[in-house]
Amino acid sequence: MRYLPHSDAERAEMLATIGIASEDALFSAVPRAAYNTGAIDLPAHSPEFLVEAHMRALSGKNRAAGDGPFFVGAGAYRHHVPATVDHLIQRSEWLTAYTPYQPEISQGTLQMLFEFQTQVAKLTGMDVANASLYDGSTGTAEAVLMARRLTRKKKLVLSGGLHPHYRDVVKAYLKDDPDLVCLPASPQGQGDILDHIDDQTAAIVIQTPDFYGHLRDLEKAADTAHAKGALLIVVVTEVVSLGLLEAPGTFGADIVVAEGQSIGNALNFGGPYVGLMATRKEFVRQMPGRLCGETVDAEGKRGFVLTLSTREQHIRREKATSNICTNSGLCALAFTIHMSLLGEAGFTRLARLNHSRAIALADALAKVPGVEVLNKTFFNEFTIRVGKPAAGVIEALAQRNVLAGVPVSRLEPGKPELENLIVLAATELTTDADIAALANGLKEVLA
Amino acid sequence: MSMNTQGRPTGIGTLSAASTGSALIPDEPLLFEIGDTHHSGVDLPEVEIDDSRLGGFARKTKLDLAGLTEPEAMRHYVRLSRMNYSIDSGMYPLGSCTMKHNPRLNEKMARLPGFSDVHPLQPVSTVQGALELMSQLSHWLMTLTNTAAVSLTPKAGAHGELCGMMAIHAAQQARGQGHRTVVLVPESAHGTNPATAAFLGYTVKPVPAREDGTVDVEAVKAALGPDVAAIMLTNPNTCGLFEPQVIEIAKAVHDAGAFFYCDGANFNAIMGVVRPGDLGIDAMHINLHKTFSTPHGGGGPGAGPVVLSEALAPFAPVPFVRKAADGGLELVEHSEGEALGRITAFHGQMGMYVRALTYMLSHGGDGLARAAKDAVLNANYVKARLQDAFSVSFPDYPAMHEVLFDDSSLAGTGVSTLDFAKAMIDEGYHPMTMYFPLVVHGAMLIEPTESESKQTLDAFCDTMLALAADAKGNDKERFTGAPTRAPRRRLDETRAARSPKLRWEPEEAAPAAAAE
Repeated sequence: MRYLPHSDAERAEMLATIGIASEDALFSAVPRAAYNTGAIDLPAHSPEFLVEAHMRALSGKNRAAGDGPFFVGAGAYRHHVPATVDHLIQRSEWLTAYTPYQPEISQGTLQMLFEFQTQVAKLTGMDVANASLYDGSTGTAEAVLMARRLTRKKKLVLSGGLHPHYRDVVKAYLKDDPDLVCLPASPQGQGDILDHIDDQTAAIVIQTPDFYGHLRDLEKAADTAHAKGALLIVVVTEVVSLGLLEAPGTFGADIVVAEGQSIGNALNFGGPYVGLMATRKEFVRQMPGRLCGETVDAEGKRGFVLTLSTREQHIRREKATSNICTNSGLCALAFTIHMSLLGEAGFTRLARLNHSRAIALADALAKVPGVEVLNKTFFNEFTIRVGKPAAGVIEALAQRNVLAGVPVSRLEPGKPELENLIVLAATELTTDADIAALANGLKEVLA
Repeated sequence: MSMNTQGRPTGIGTLSAASTGSALIPDEPLLFEIGDTHHSGVDLPEVEIDDSRLGGFARKTKLDLAGLTEPEAMRHYVRLSRMNYSIDSGMYPLGSCTMKHNPRLNEKMARLPGFSDVHPLQPVSTVQGALELMSQLSHWLMTLTNTAAVSLTPKAGAHGELCGMMAIHAAQQARGQGHRTVVLVPESAHGTNPATAAFLGYTVKPVPAREDGTVDVEAVKAALGPDVAAIMLTNPNTCGLFEPQVIEIAKAVHDAGAFFYCDGANFNAIMGVVRPGDLGIDAMHINLHKTFSTPHGGGGPGAGPVVLSEALAPFAPVPFVRKAADGGLELVEHSEGEALGRITAFHGQMGMYVRALTYMLSHGGDGLARAAKDAVLNANYVKARLQDAFSVSFPDYPAMHEVLFDDSSLAGTGVSTLDFAKAMIDEGYHPMTMYFPLVVHGAMLIEPTESESKQTLDAFCDTMLALAADAKGNDKERFTGAPTRAPRRRLDETRAARSPKLRWEPEEAAPAAAAE
């Protein structure tokens, strides 16, 4: 029990100061029927080396992405994280600090969040951003609710190119609301979302690059939505794409939600990730989540505080904009440091590198007999159709140590038209040897 | 010295890429003031691309993102870090937030490539260790709570509340109980509780607290009716008290056909000592950072697994892990029947699961119970040492892991709870939680946690007593002028809210300052 500082003698001394005879008296309010004095049926405490051995054994049963050719994307991406990022986020003052409730002694966290908000606003081409949400999927659910508050209209239309998990999260948050329209999957990239906008529509949700990798025309979508008094919500699951593609704000997006995992954050088997949300200045009071704002101290020096908290649950309780009580602070820090290291020059180079690796991958796979590349447009991810059910193909390639992408059927089960589709991603870490291994593997498996 | 520097970084432009404070008193410019768009701390090859696959959407506008070289970034973020207080540098008695020691073994384990470098959608056959870890964590949580099921996916405590209440909603829909539209929430509840209930469309009905700070079973019975879906009770509650009638309350709620949601934010006070399932709860979230020492990170990431009773287990969200027919582990990724579906992409906060399980194994069942008892012992020790100088709000019961004081002991001194907290900063302590819970005037909620030694607690109590004596003396300025020994003096929060400035914009020529 290396983390507990008291000796038994100290405990006795403290009980004497309190004026009670035993520790049991500390729990006198607990009904005796529920007070457990016996041992709990769990292993006893362990020395550090045994805990470490146990965790290493579990870790060793997983195939890490870096252990071989790897093409899995679909909303989470394997990028290189500079050593500096991981070093800095492990400094105590970042790692073991809490919510900056006392701004005078939390200026580090607050200034970092102000930098983060500025970076996100610039990347998305929007006026303002919040200090992060849990992830892109919950951020999308929050965005549609925000659109309802802003427009006082109910109908929501989700594009068929939206990540199926994101769609499912919105469905759960809205509890099968009849005003939620989820368009069928559109793996060919021909969505008809604009036909579904009418005067009752609060917002349409479009992902770009979409789940299948296609780039979407946002300008026309924004114009059509705005003509009917609806908002355009744009979802980006691969934030690196913003280094090469025009910002959604330039096209007239009203709310932009993105998954920020690609910058500074590891894959972590799905979490923790960092949700980015940005909007127009006039909508800021309906934006959920924490916000950091600039102000001055008693001596007139610039400083930062959490602000506009009257939207939040600790003040407005049942009238709050959302039930969110925290942000992804440490993940936002990793994002901000990595983005600072990249800067405009590095971020643009990273995006170009990703796109060029994906072109190399697509061109190599197009030559494999039995493979059809569905995309005319893509950034670092695209969809192929193969001659067999994709799940079996992926499993067979995994046996050859090639992790070849995501079978669409894993996220969209029971849809025969999607059964042979695979979504694959390349990043800056994808080598020519990886691509060759995948192409050869596919040849064998599809033969 | 009369130069008008309002709202401007001090001395900007006088030094390049460096702080304007001395090396040990940081005063750091913003990234955008020291970096530029050509600087980069990452070496990446420049490649030619054919942009024909970009469909005409290639970026034409500039990003205008400032970059730093690696040494510049290192200094910038190290300097910023030194403007933060942290649990590793001093005591952080923040009630309801639980700032305890964060073991570095947790961090080391979370960075093993088999956990950190694993994709949530790679084949299940390649992640059996990750599923085993989730299964082991679930076993620990279910054993400690004596419950039938657990959902690991919620991303934070408030998200866990949402998940638990969604499961209750789904269960009631399935039973044809859609007419239950009211949720009872005691006044002493966390603000997230009423926000969660309202978020799901429920009407929130408050339940008053007794004078002793606990909830009366008779008040609950009076509020219950055929339209009530659930009660959301925090236990131990936000006044730092264990609800003595919790079993009777659970029975009354169940007799009325409603569910019992327990806010388990304060589970660290009772882990290994009280199993919430024995109290009759149907759903309860557990904040892994509060109870199982995952890092706080200046906010999140959090993780809020929810334990569920048998009645609610079928309504848990996906994904979850279960034993497969072949004895291996499988991942259930799609809901059947009327379950609530999916509340986040992927599987939740794996990085936090690794840290929490590492902490659990380090403590063992015996150590977790010991930690809870020490947390409660420490809170009561602080209460005992401070009770003559400060007003204990609810003295009738032992404090659990935290103790609540109100501001009546400061009456007539001209010193507010806020002033007192800011003076604590000058004494080297992070202040306690102020003005929460709302049930008492000028609340000060102190939570020492089990990490603090008797010596540390004594030094803290001595400081608090000395400050109380000063407040009652005539040294008001010491409080209203505080803090003086922090990176900033008191910050103008009203100004920040009235004219929000939420991002950096380039300074204009700054004529006011230049004209001075």
